[in-house]
Amino acid sequence: MDTLAYALPLIWAAILATAVTLYVILDGFGLGLGILFHFERRESQRDVIMNTIAPFWDGNQTWLVLGGGGLLAAFPKAYGLVMSGLYIPIIVMLLALVFRGVAFEFRWVAKPRQEFWDLAFSWGAVVATFAQGVVLGGLLQGLSTEGGHFAGGTFDWLTPFSLFCGISLLAGYALLGTTWLIYKTDGDLQEWARDSAKIALLAMLAAMAIVSLWTPYSVPRIAERWFMWPNFLIFAPVPLLSLYAAWRCWQGIENIGKDAEAFLSAVALFLLGFVGLLISNVPYLVPGALTVWESAAAPSSQLFMLVGTLIMLPIILGYTIFVYWTFRGKVRAGEGYH
Amino acid sequence: MDVDAILLARIQFAFTFTFHIIFPSFSIGLAAFIATLLVRWRMTGEDHFHRLARFWTKIFAVSFAMGVVSGIVLSYQFGTNWAKFSVVAGNIIGPLLGYEVLTAFFLEATFLGIMLFGWQRVPPNLHVLSAILVAIGTSFSAFWILSANSWMQTPAGFEMKDGIAYPVSWLEIVFNPSFPYRFAHMFTAAYLTTSVVVLSVGARYLVQGRFLEEAKTMVRMGLGMVAILAPLQLVIGDAHGLNTAEHQPVKVAAMEGHWDGSKPGELLLFAWPDEKAEKNHFEVGIPHLASLIITHSYDGLFKGLKDFKAEERPPVLPVFFAFRVMVGVGLLLIAIGFVGTFLWWRRKVFSAQWYLKPLIYAWPLGFIAIVCGWWVTETGRQPYLVYGILKTMDAVSPVAFGAVLTTLILFVLIYTSVFSMGILYINRLIDKGPEGKAIAPEGNASVGARPIAAAQDAARSALGSED
Repeated sequence: MDTLAYALPLIWAAILATAVTLYVILDGFGLGLGILFHFERRESQRDVIMNTIAPFWDGNQTWLVLGGGGLLAAFPKAYGLVMSGLYIPIIVMLLALVFRGVAFEFRWVAKPRQEFWDLAFSWGAVVATFAQGVVLGGLLQGLSTEGGHFAGGTFDWLTPFSLFCGISLLAGYALLGTTWLIYKTDGDLQEWARDSAKIALLAMLAAMAIVSLWTPYSVPRIAERWFMWPNFLIFAPVPLLSLYAAWRCWQGIENIGKDAEAFLSAVALFLLGFVGLLISNVPYLVPGALTVWESAAAPSSQLFMLVGTLIMLPIILGYTIFVYWTFRGKVRAGEGYH
Repeated sequence: MDVDAILLARIQFAFTFTFHIIFPSFSIGLAAFIATLLVRWRMTGEDHFHRLARFWTKIFAVSFAMGVVSGIVLSYQFGTNWAKFSVVAGNIIGPLLGYEVLTAFFLEATFLGIMLFGWQRVPPNLHVLSAILVAIGTSFSAFWILSANSWMQTPAGFEMKDGIAYPVSWLEIVFNPSFPYRFAHMFTAAYLTTSVVVLSVGARYLVQGRFLEEAKTMVRMGLGMVAILAPLQLVIGDAHGLNTAEHQPVKVAAMEGHWDGSKPGELLLFAWPDEKAEKNHFEVGIPHLASLIITHSYDGLFKGLKDFKAEERPPVLPVFFAFRVMVGVGLLLIAIGFVGTFLWWRRKVFSAQWYLKPLIYAWPLGFIAIVCGWWVTETGRQPYLVYGILKTMDAVSPVAFGAVLTTLILFVLIYTSVFSMGILYINRLIDKGPEGKAIAPEGNASVGARPIAAAQDAARSALGSED
């Protein structure tokens, strides 16, 4: 294998990992706000919750399109395999996102009869989040393949483990949502977000612990990776740092005045979870089935895309930061950007 | 996978695709229209441009949201329904779609945030710039997706190894033989479609006697565009047809209902093509005209359907009829533009009720033509998915019949209900009309905080809340 054919898939895996991470964090708090809709029933507060993200949601969601498009471009075999193997949860996620997405606009036009779009927003978020967790779980437990194509059944993904991953992600996104609200609101709503964030944090920690034990228990390959000497020692900082991030998050939730800390710590917690997943699965792109090299597109395709990505990604990040900066500060009742 | 599941996968893709195409083709033109309004507002300082821009921006937001959510579905459907297509053509199609995401989707999605919510947050020039960037983003998007689609119609710049397409020349791939024609045809169609909607809404207000200043601007701008673009589209469409005749002669034969290639083609106004008997029933046509159009000579010959094996032919009926509807709508739009321009010249266009009243119902015309056009080109490519390389039946995902059927039913239920609601809401916004105060053109809007009362006022008028 020449250097290019060795390095390009790795670079692409890194780019896709970045895109997926950014998606999970950015749309994670957006979907988290939808989950919170179930617990905050006052219309004026719901307006504020929605307005904290209204200018950003579309850009946030585009990272999901980059994830899908990038996977198709850089790793077409993995793309075909994952999409057919996890057909049901992926389609369910997309349909849930349809409801969630249009609710951002429809809800305002439908007022004062917006109940249906409140439901679309909140249930769309719950179902999409759950389905994303199931996709993750389904990937971790592996897809049965034959000659690189999916060869399993329609409901192979449906296991207690994947369902639990779905529930875990609900807790995780709820934490991102509540801590985002602490950062973006004040007064009553912030007070409420602080209380809710504690519950979400505890739920997420419990879920993370269970998934971290369940995964190696059900996938021997991953158990070997983590618990073989000296791997255990090398990887030990990951769980330890996670505990530290969780502690900082709790501090941030309790400390009035440091409104960004809880959110940033929650993001750190997600990043550490992602590092854990990477440790478990390198060099697989589709765990247990396809490595990054086996599923890579032709080098000239990856190179052609890489040129564009290296030019465009900094620009995209630049204007994304600019838009967040433009709509910085607290969002208050009646101060809708609409 | 059995034949029925393939059929279902095709129906599902056709369904989601048909719904999706409606929204971006509207957004492409509308973004440019809003940007133009805002630029004119900055140049002239006239309030009604600003009111119009704000009004259409609300409609844009609703339509754009529907385009985004239905588009995400498509970007994953290549894998969920056509996994083998992703493997065979992924090396080529993947990067083209990737460039669409990188150069277009992020640009439009991000600056849409400023365009929708930045009226008072950013300096006016920056807001106008955001609208222009959104418009540019939609055009970039059209560029890449049409390049990808055109490559599937007229593949170039690649080589096949072990049944997988590998890129050889990206320049030839991006600018493949049918791309310039398809891009010009679709881009013009998008602008034309939006112009018809703008014209139609203007006519509605004129007939109702509301928002007269705004209505006149809309009629002038919409009609002006239709009068120029509709005839232009005829010329572009003709060039695109010639290109198709060169690269996909069997598609043209199906469009024309032309069976026997040894005789000059008739231009059929109506017929009922019979694929079993390999001839048309109830033909009404103009002799030699199809030959004249396609070969530019009276006795010119072009290939007929019988020159191709039956299994290499596309389904003739849908191609034949969709083509006729598309051309029919195109001719109607030319007539609308022509008559309107004449009335305009006679200074009667704002009062000619007989002309304006039917125009109120003309808004879907562009959409109908676009959907029919896509059916012609996509069905006309069958039995291939990538022309000459990959047949549709070989591209499908290994997904069970029941799973595809279930998701198809879900798609139909959800799309029809959600998107009909969207169209209903757009109609509600149009009923409300361009109301509310305009912002002074000389930038006094400060970045950051502003009096809450003013914000509430703006929010209320923008939301149209009843309280």
